[in-house]
Amino acid sequence: MNNYPAIVVIAPLLGALFAGVAAWVEDRATYPIALASLGIAAAAAVNDLITVMISGPIQYNMAGWAPPMGIEYRIDGLNALVLVLITGIAFLNLVASYKNVQQETPDRSGSFYVMYLLFVVGLVGVVSTGDLFNLYVLIEITSLSSYTMIALGDKDRGAIASLNYIFIGVIGASFYLLGVGYIYIKTGSLNMADVAAMIPAMTESSTLLVAFILCIIGVWIKMALFPLHVWLPNAYAFAPVGFARIVAPLMTKVMVYVMVRLMVSVFGYDYIFTTLSLSDGVVWMGTIAILAGGIIALSQKNLKKMMTYIIVCEIGYMVGGAWLGNELGMTGAILHIVNDALMTFALFLAVGNMVYKLDRVDITDLQGLFAKMPWTMGGFVIAAFSIVGVPPTCGFFSKWYLILGAFEAGAYHFAAALLVSSLICAVLFFKVFEVCFFEPMSEGHGHGDDHGHGHDSHGEHAAVAIEEAPVASVITLAVVSVSLIVVGLYSGTIVDRIILPFLN
Amino acid sequence: MKLVGFIIVCLTGGLLLYGTGELPAWGDPNSPASTHLSDDYITLALEQTEAPNLVTAVLADYRGFDTMFETAVVFCAGLACFLLLRDFRPKKDHYYRHVPTGVMLHVKNEARTVRTGREFEDMDREWVPSDTIIKTVCRILIPFIQIYALYVVAHGDFSPGGGFQGGVIFGSSLILLAISYNLKTLVKRVTEKFLGVFSSLGVLVYVGIGAIAMALGGNFLDYGKYAPIFGEHHIRALGMLGVEIGVGMAVTAVMVIIYINIVSEGRHDEGL
Amino acid sequence: MPELLDLIVDKYNYWLYIVLMMIGLYAMIGKNNLIKKLVGMNIFQTAIILFYVSIGYKKGATIPIIQGDHGHGAADAVIKAADYINPLPHVLMLTAIVVSVATFGVAMALCVKIYQRYQTLEEDELRMRLSEK
Repeated sequence: MNNYPAIVVIAPLLGALFAGVAAWVEDRATYPIALASLGIAAAAAVNDLITVMISGPIQYNMAGWAPPMGIEYRIDGLNALVLVLITGIAFLNLVASYKNVQQETPDRSGSFYVMYLLFVVGLVGVVSTGDLFNLYVLIEITSLSSYTMIALGDKDRGAIASLNYIFIGVIGASFYLLGVGYIYIKTGSLNMADVAAMIPAMTESSTLLVAFILCIIGVWIKMALFPLHVWLPNAYAFAPVGFARIVAPLMTKVMVYVMVRLMVSVFGYDYIFTTLSLSDGVVWMGTIAILAGGIIALSQKNLKKMMTYIIVCEIGYMVGGAWLGNELGMTGAILHIVNDALMTFALFLAVGNMVYKLDRVDITDLQGLFAKMPWTMGGFVIAAFSIVGVPPTCGFFSKWYLILGAFEAGAYHFAAALLVSSLICAVLFFKVFEVCFFEPMSEGHGHGDDHGHGHDSHGEHAAVAIEEAPVASVITLAVVSVSLIVVGLYSGTIVDRIILPFLN
Repeated sequence: MKLVGFIIVCLTGGLLLYGTGELPAWGDPNSPASTHLSDDYITLALEQTEAPNLVTAVLADYRGFDTMFETAVVFCAGLACFLLLRDFRPKKDHYYRHVPTGVMLHVKNEARTVRTGREFEDMDREWVPSDTIIKTVCRILIPFIQIYALYVVAHGDFSPGGGFQGGVIFGSSLILLAISYNLKTLVKRVTEKFLGVFSSLGVLVYVGIGAIAMALGGNFLDYGKYAPIFGEHHIRALGMLGVEIGVGMAVTAVMVIIYINIVSEGRHDEGL
Repeated sequence: MPELLDLIVDKYNYWLYIVLMMIGLYAMIGKNNLIKKLVGMNIFQTAIILFYVSIGYKKGATIPIIQGDHGHGAADAVIKAADYINPLPHVLMLTAIVVSVATFGVAMALCVKIYQRYQTLEEDELRMRLSEK
């Protein structure tokens, strides 16, 4: 019996519960428990991916009941890929963020890890499940834990940002639930495969159309597509670092996954692109999201806020790509889920390291940072290159697929937006680099003497006293930065072995 | 904002009204929702799970996996209230009431506390002395409410009821204690640590039953795999009872955690 | 005209839920007080519960608890699907109720936290306090 699909979800859940007991008995035990359970989940996810690549999709019936009566897990290439991504990032972030958590929530770090694990359980469950209602319950677990974690961040703004997120998040989730209700009333089933088999017979139905619109809008609200993005920047910028690092790369990407899953495995291409022919309108929305996100990011003064608007911009890539209505676009969108999660993770790791040392990260606070934190800045540069889309990094390849897809679909405006956003990102990051590299360190840091030498040549900047973030964070950042390049080099393999078999 | 709200409401309402056009009539026995899966559940559930209450059969067995996460959501809410509100700083002022005379005592020195017992009792700043009639009635009522709660949990697979309902009733009996006496009485009898551990344990019972079934060679939550240990007879109904108990534990603890933290703003000393 | 009347009589439950839901949605967007917004959120979620429970109803059927002697040999008795209403929506809504209670609890906790920090729950006042900084 192959139980690995269940273990990916159960291991973090059991970990959370054991840690929940341990938080009251022996607080120090929570961290190792969390680490171990995420390690097990990651191993099981890798195992799933390998099994899927060798022998095709895995089906797992919860409680032994065959679908559609029971709940099934159906792991195919897309699931398995995203599962590996989630568990891997969650594990690495836990390694990296130990010191940050101690710094930010010293008296309740045990419960923090429990909440962290519950968040991961939700994400992993959303990705594994093949049942429409189960998806809703798991979305609510992720949302509830992220509401809490965000409110733990900034003392003045955290709670307000989180409450706004609750109001909008509840509307999003309820729309999705309502959409599922409309699907249920029309088909009588909640299982994705079962529903997908019935949809071609009822494409003319107005109920189905409303169900589709509600589900998609609900997911768009949750993923912060441009006009619906208002909750995201505050929520992510005011979250505690240890949590911002995982919620920023994963939450929106998982929602993109849900959208792709609904499009491919529930409603089907024929319904969306032939019956409704929605492609043009949504690709325009993606284009607008890309441009708006980029331009607002350009006007930000705080580094964290800037990063959050880059997320809004990247969401536009994936939504646009997925709705181009051809295989290249969808491939690009799926590849970009992976790449963007890694890039954003690297960026937020670097920003988290800066916050650990500097506390405030307005762009003007970053003066002389190349000298002070060379390793962190090295990782930051690679991540930035990847977001801009400089060749051997992975960001280039997904953008390449997206642009090819845009040309094939004749959506030249989308291709243009992709190029323009690369330019905007380049301007954005060089603005930051300029401050970090060329401007001298601000007064009051106490390095006046070293400082004088540093002006002669850039090479000697390294002579300035280095104040790096914790070793674990720096090493994780190095690993993730290298993986950006490795994933870039192997993106052909990922597309051929995992994504294309899934799409066909 | 009001205008924006009005426009959004009109658009959404219009969309939803448009969607109702093709819905089957209300209560139509031939609609897809009432025939596709529902018939299978109704005709097969009693035979397959031996639980006459079909809602429980679907809840705790066919869709038991959903319910497990539902319990996790409850656990998550309790933990959230603790994380957000709990304030460990000790209180500076203490209030006491001299029982025989009814005189209020306000101690401002945080080092000095008065032993409570027959002579003095704990008081809140904004709380009237608790009434003897109310106290006595609640003291008599609480055990009966708790027994009823246990009945609702245990009888979930035969009649309306189950872990959530029973847990809420049990939790409310503890909240009644806090309302009729005061919060300190509750916190003294049911400590925070106990509640925290109990809420985790409740969910752990649920997940544990599932995980052990996996270890016994079945799928996750497959109660049928317990047959070699507990016998074939009513094994699935027994499994449901097990998970309902877990749910009841978690819900009880979380209700009390949420109540205590919200009314006392995380100080656990005084409140409603 | 009689057709329209039939339409309304046939589906009035679905229409009512929409009205209820829009009241909740409007309160969530348009109201200024955070607690009123929370109440709106609850109405909004309750409306969805009404919708689902309406799906489960079947004319002439009773609650989904198998009647009669269900001790030994109960499985032999014939169970007619038309006699019982659909259990699935009720199960789903039990989950949705629990989720909405949990969300409400967390939102209340946040309100308490905001009130501790700013001594107000009016949104415009909060916005003013934030922009002062």
